[in-house]
Amino acid sequence: MSVSTDLVPPPTARTAPAAGVVPLRRPGRWISALVVLVMLAAAVRSVVTNEAFQWGVVGEYFTAEVVLRGLGLTLWLTVLTLVLGFALGTVLAVLRLSGNPVLVGVAWGYVWIFRSVPMLVQLLFWFNIGALYPTLAFGIPFGPDFVSVSSTNLIGPLAAVIIGLTLHEAAYAAEIVRGGVISVEQGQVEAALALGMGRGRILRRIVLPQAMRSIIPAAGNSLIGTLKGTSIVSVLAVQDLLFSVQLIYNRNYLIIPLLLVATIWYVAVTSVLSAAQYYVERYYARGAVRALPPTPWQRLKGRLR
Amino acid sequence: MSAATVVRISDLHKSYGATPVLRGVDLEVRQGEVTCVIGPSGSGKSTLLRCVNHLEKINAGEVEVDGELIGYRRHKGRLHELKDRAITRQRASIGMVFQNFNLFPHLTVLENVIEAPIGVRGLSRAAAVVLGKELIARVGLAGREESYPRQLSGGQQQRIAIARALAMEPKLMLFDEPTSALDPELVGEVLAVIADLAEAGMTMVVVTHEMAFARQVADTVVFLDEGRVVESGPPAELLSAPRHARTREFLARVL
Repeated sequence: MSVSTDLVPPPTARTAPAAGVVPLRRPGRWISALVVLVMLAAAVRSVVTNEAFQWGVVGEYFTAEVVLRGLGLTLWLTVLTLVLGFALGTVLAVLRLSGNPVLVGVAWGYVWIFRSVPMLVQLLFWFNIGALYPTLAFGIPFGPDFVSVSSTNLIGPLAAVIIGLTLHEAAYAAEIVRGGVISVEQGQVEAALALGMGRGRILRRIVLPQAMRSIIPAAGNSLIGTLKGTSIVSVLAVQDLLFSVQLIYNRNYLIIPLLLVATIWYVAVTSVLSAAQYYVERYYARGAVRALPPTPWQRLKGRLR
Repeated sequence: MSAATVVRISDLHKSYGATPVLRGVDLEVRQGEVTCVIGPSGSGKSTLLRCVNHLEKINAGEVEVDGELIGYRRHKGRLHELKDRAITRQRASIGMVFQNFNLFPHLTVLENVIEAPIGVRGLSRAAAVVLGKELIARVGLAGREESYPRQLSGGQQQRIAIARALAMEPKLMLFDEPTSALDPELVGEVLAVIADLAEAGMTMVVVTHEMAFARQVADTVVFLDEGRVVESGPPAELLSAPRHARTREFLARVL
């Protein structure tokens, strides 16, 4: 075999990715993919054809007014809990990172207690707060009170739920925010100090925007957890999404299809939140990577072209 | 005629826990002068620099910039640490450039430069942008205003860090090993910017390992070892004919 003929590629080899390179064939991939697809098809078929799912009923109740109102309450509770929880959590994180040993201890204690008590137990406590403190008063500690109200009047089921969810969320949010803040390099703070920036401005303009990169994935997780966690309020007869479908199936006994209605809504909202999280993460990745990854939409357009 | 003293450090002591780092440092820098601080690693060079803008608390002694005691006020013979706001005001007129650049990665080059002028000096955004663009051009990076720091080379990042410090119109610039984190071929472009500043009359203290740069640009070279100034003098004297054995030893190792 002569060397010179090997150096000249045959004309047909032009279209190959690289002349003379044959990628490894992987028949195992094809077989495993096929097996999984067949199994998946069988599962889908059983779901679609099984009469017990009663897809007609699902469709009927999917946009029923009661269900939508329940969904509205679930979303509202989720957003409220997230906003209040993260506001309180950020304060706790700042206390925890302050140099003051008392504040550090109090913030640590808060996180310890509220992460340790199950959410359901906490909700029941708040709901029954009247047994612990029959009246709530606003006044000077150890001094006179200005206003005093009965706690059972003030804290109904909905208030109990909001307080319980918020305090619970704040404990987790505090750790998420603190984790984000300590992930920012100390040199960033020093550079800002050297420029004459004050502590508050450094936190707002330099540290938190960079901390966001590690806060967002954890916060997204927490948000989705909260969305589903709100279903726990149905035990206090607060009419969220789950309790709304329960009200219906307690009347007509169509338990499975109505649970499916709630399930599909939870999945739908979670999907929207996951997509939103992707874009928020992408926003805070500015500067952290040399080139931003394409959005799924840009990637799709690229493939089609 | 001698120019006004900008930095006066006297009998400065600083320790980390039980480990003494600075053991009685005296140093004076005059208006428009470039002082290069050299010495083996661990000799306290960076700590000395960080005491000048109170990034480090001191244990004893005094640091004055422009006749003003930095970080403390004297009351009945004792030093009391100043409130954050007062320290912040003092730092605003002292520029600092770090070994690792410490640019803000989430801000563009221009935003890095104008952040403090707007937030600390209270410049309008429009005025800060004009100033920022001018300084970015001055360090040779016109056109890169909208880039993010990670899209720049190390040398370019350090030049932007210098522009960022200059945007505060400081009366003193501190450089903490500005070229130590750079690839050898990028060192020159950063030193050129610093040399330009020296030419323009900026008062500077530069901690460096670049002996050729010290020889060329410094008015005074200070050799620091084990937390004390061993000797100081014009570069021609100190670098070519050191009086102390420790200086000779150190120079023999790095030259």
